[in-house]
Amino acid sequence: MRRVLKYAVGAAGLALLLGACASDDDGDNGTTSDNGAASDLSVGLAFDIGGRGDRSFNDAAAAGLERARDELGVDFQELSPNPDGSNRGELLRELADAGREPIFGIGYAFIEDMDTAAGEYPDVQFIRIDGIPSDHDNVAVMTFADHEGSFLMGVAAALKTESGQVGIIGGNEGAVINAFAAGFKQGVEAVDPSIEIADQRLAAGEDASGFRDAAGARVAAEAMYDRGIDVIYTPAGDSNVGTFQAAADAGKWAIGTDSDQYETVGDPELQEVILTSMLKRVDVAVFDSIAAFADGEDIVSHAYDLSDDGVGYTTSGGFIDDIVDELDDYKQRIVDGEIEVSPTE
Amino acid sequence: MTRLLGWWRRMAPTLVALGVALVITALFILIIGENPLRALAALFDFGETSVAQANSIGVWINRAAPLFLAGLAVSIGFRMGLFNIGVEGQYRIATVVAAGVGAALVLPAPLHVLVIVVAAMAAGAVYAAIPAVLKVTRGVSEVISTIMLNSIAIALAAWMVRVPFVDPDLGPGENVATRRIAESGQFPGLNELFGVIGLEEPRRPVHGFVVVAIVVGIVMAIVLSRSRFGFELRATGLNPFAATANGISSKAMIIKAMLVSGALAGLVGLPDLLGSAHRFQADSFVSGYGFTGIAVALLGRNKPVGIALAALLFAFLDRAGPSLQSEGIPPAAVIIMQGIVVLSVLVVDEVARRGMLRREERRARAQDPATVTEEVAR
Repeated sequence: MRRVLKYAVGAAGLALLLGACASDDDGDNGTTSDNGAASDLSVGLAFDIGGRGDRSFNDAAAAGLERARDELGVDFQELSPNPDGSNRGELLRELADAGREPIFGIGYAFIEDMDTAAGEYPDVQFIRIDGIPSDHDNVAVMTFADHEGSFLMGVAAALKTESGQVGIIGGNEGAVINAFAAGFKQGVEAVDPSIEIADQRLAAGEDASGFRDAAGARVAAEAMYDRGIDVIYTPAGDSNVGTFQAAADAGKWAIGTDSDQYETVGDPELQEVILTSMLKRVDVAVFDSIAAFADGEDIVSHAYDLSDDGVGYTTSGGFIDDIVDELDDYKQRIVDGEIEVSPTE
Repeated sequence: MTRLLGWWRRMAPTLVALGVALVITALFILIIGENPLRALAALFDFGETSVAQANSIGVWINRAAPLFLAGLAVSIGFRMGLFNIGVEGQYRIATVVAAGVGAALVLPAPLHVLVIVVAAMAAGAVYAAIPAVLKVTRGVSEVISTIMLNSIAIALAAWMVRVPFVDPDLGPGENVATRRIAESGQFPGLNELFGVIGLEEPRRPVHGFVVVAIVVGIVMAIVLSRSRFGFELRATGLNPFAATANGISSKAMIIKAMLVSGALAGLVGLPDLLGSAHRFQADSFVSGYGFTGIAVALLGRNKPVGIALAALLFAFLDRAGPSLQSEGIPPAAVIIMQGIVVLSVLVVDEVARRGMLRREERRARAQDPATVTEEVAR
């Protein structure tokens, strides 16, 4: 029985530790400010798993929120889900009960929870970042043409590779990451169809664990670099840092996602290997929605793409200065409809 | 009176441990610069309006039911020294199978639900049979094999929802899911019951499957304490050699315990599946109950009543997450609190056990120093 206890304590400790690691530093919540200024708006925002501090998707949303606080003087409350994401719906209701409006849900995982909550609070405006259109009038959905931005990342990778081999390490096999991969591959092929593309995902199916598996990303990236791949595109949320570490060890390139990861990664050594990042202007979507709501306008669903700079690329670090002209050329051809990027392979 | 005293003796360490946990948590909250008293208030904050309070109670019940079932499943193995770390994978597989089978059939209401429940239990048991057979025939440690099978379960479940059980009418951009289970296969909620006992009705489904969980808990309590299976399980756990010498086949017990554990694990995903999700989709599927169930089983000391209380405590803390965040306390605090509770219960238990042992020893020595020391030393 003693042995039982010993193992069991170990196992339980491990489980709790894993849970705790999955949701570390969610930091300052409910940051409220009285800028005294213009607005008496009180915005609510529920993050995706990982919460504030992921240096990527969630932080992009937080940036938009903070800009709205600074420029529009709105007050806000932000909440993070528990590590298994089971209380997303509760977060939305907590915000609604606290009288926050509009209420943001960050990420496609809010699809069902937000539609359900919107039915319960028909007078409250909800805004979802990512995900399929909603049947509810009070849910606006802001989507991003991830495949178009990823196309440009493919172009950049193809122009920068010396070995003729590039790779992608995605969080999982869900529809969103598939669109990233499809765009990337089309971009590579547009430059040089002979370049080999390796495609690896950190989790099977729609499992979200691949977005917080930096160790797994590192192993996968090391293997790719060993095989001669010299540019890796990494749409995998919190896991990206693993790819960056492997890139720093191997002295090769990695491409970030969502935020300008050169700026957010917070480690000079890792900065040196971040070729560029696929910008997904979640911050713009959040800020624009709040601004529109503050002006009393109706918030309508919008699909951000290259034409309105809702997706794009970064030049921080100056590593792609020599190919900016070519990237902009491809961008223009996509905006003009000359090149059509498909979100599926 | 002696009964009451005995109950008090058993409960006292736990209550002390909860007190210790509360103090440590308060210190932790002080360290991060927040007010522990306000945190405590937030912990017990069920909302201001009566609807919000009813909603909160609903959330509590919905969270406690799967934690209780997971703890129960884990405890069956624990009782005989078998570590089924695989409840996590078993309930994932079982939930996909249940969703697939449930959507493929249309039967009269009670029968439809029954078929889904049986399918889930069977799938959980089959998946748990793999480590059991490996252990019995090849001596593979069930700790290792169940952990490995958890990873395989994720991939297997992803394949099942993608290929055999996929909904052919998914919208564009929608992640894969199984088809929805017809209304006859949905479990009625408890919402109206709230009205009957004089509360407001919660605005969202309160999973009626909690009633099944309670019934299962009672049945398991009787089986464990009154049946031959329960006795053999305990005997094998306390002393496998003595049990074998008395004609209990340890191999048969391993198989039986894992099958029962897996079948119970199969129920973990059903409150949500039958009560509100009505289909399996990886994005909204709640994972992790299998791991948390280990802590719940430990806290509940592998006894059904204890596990129920532990599940209620864990769910209570989980439920408070959003209101704690409103007080500026990070959501990870809830997990830390749960960890502190489990640890302090185990530590205080051990201290109490040793104290009791020493007292017994002293008393026995006072009576007859020669004969008894050997006996109580164990």
